[in-house]
Amino acid sequence: MDAATWGLITATFVACFVEMVEATTIVMAMGYTRSWRSALTGVAAALAVLAVVTSIAGYALGRWFPEAALQLVIGGLLLIFGLQWLRKAILRSSGRKAVHDEDAIYREEVEAAKSAGHSAGRLDMFSFMVSFKGVFLEGMEVVFIVITFGLNADNVPAASVGAAAAVVIVLGIAFAVRRPLSMIDENLLKYGVGLLLASFGTYWAVEGIGIFRAGQESLEWPGHDVAIVGLLMVWFLLSRVFVSALRTPRTSTPALAGPFEENVR
Amino acid sequence: MRFLKSFGQFWYDFVIGDDWKIAVAVVLALAVLLAVLSLGLFGDATLAVVGGVLLVGAFSVSLAIDVRPTKS
Repeated sequence: MDAATWGLITATFVACFVEMVEATTIVMAMGYTRSWRSALTGVAAALAVLAVVTSIAGYALGRWFPEAALQLVIGGLLLIFGLQWLRKAILRSSGRKAVHDEDAIYREEVEAAKSAGHSAGRLDMFSFMVSFKGVFLEGMEVVFIVITFGLNADNVPAASVGAAAAVVIVLGIAFAVRRPLSMIDENLLKYGVGLLLASFGTYWAVEGIGIFRAGQESLEWPGHDVAIVGLLMVWFLLSRVFVSALRTPRTSTPALAGPFEENVR
Repeated sequence: MRFLKSFGQFWYDFVIGDDWKIAVAVVLALAVLLAVLSLGLFGDATLAVVGGVLLVGAFSVSLAIDVRPTKS
């Protein structure tokens, strides 16, 4: 297996790992406080819908779009996703945004689950809907990353292997520890994924601009694929410069309340 | 109508996220690159580097706007 394939698997693995941790927290909160049966039914329903979306989107994107258009659309969207993640990582690292805390999110979900009323039927609709929504929303980002990375690298199976491995490992850890996966440094992982998405997104979006010239051929980066490493370094250095420039004095409470505070997903 | 609104909100949240300035920055940077491309003066390598610089610059501006001091 070559370096590009390993890079592809690693990128999809890390991205999927982060999203799975968030989805697992929601499902565990519903399962432990209300109904495992309903929560897992919600998970199964979300996975089924995601499978259908993946099949349709993968087929449509792969068949109907010229290569350069695919690169432009996919690169542009990856870039938006990646830069959103990078922005959050910079603001968190510099102390301007609350750090993502799985324990706090778990407590919030548990409180919401306890205060919600129970439905009369065999299926607890609250657990079902919250689990469905959690898995579907987090899963959509994974599906998008797998399809886009897979199609652009012309290796959807390798991208899928990375994502599937993350699912298995996160579920394995969750089953073993039976509590929210707060021991995982999710903020660091998101920072890494943000850098990867921003770098690949920049590479593909710029290539895809070639769709607008005669012949609709993609632009060629100097150094071809090696340019991605250069872009990775540029985004990393830029993020470190921003973190240093924006760093706020440490306070006793890491979750800052202030003008930059936002709802953390 | 409610379904359409929810559907639109879902895709807005999914694509644009919680900071619309990032999406605007990406679109503007790519639009400027397209304008440079249409001049027909530069080769692929130069255009690619210009594109990268534009995207880095656009992101920097959007983040600078985000963290600028607010008048209290």
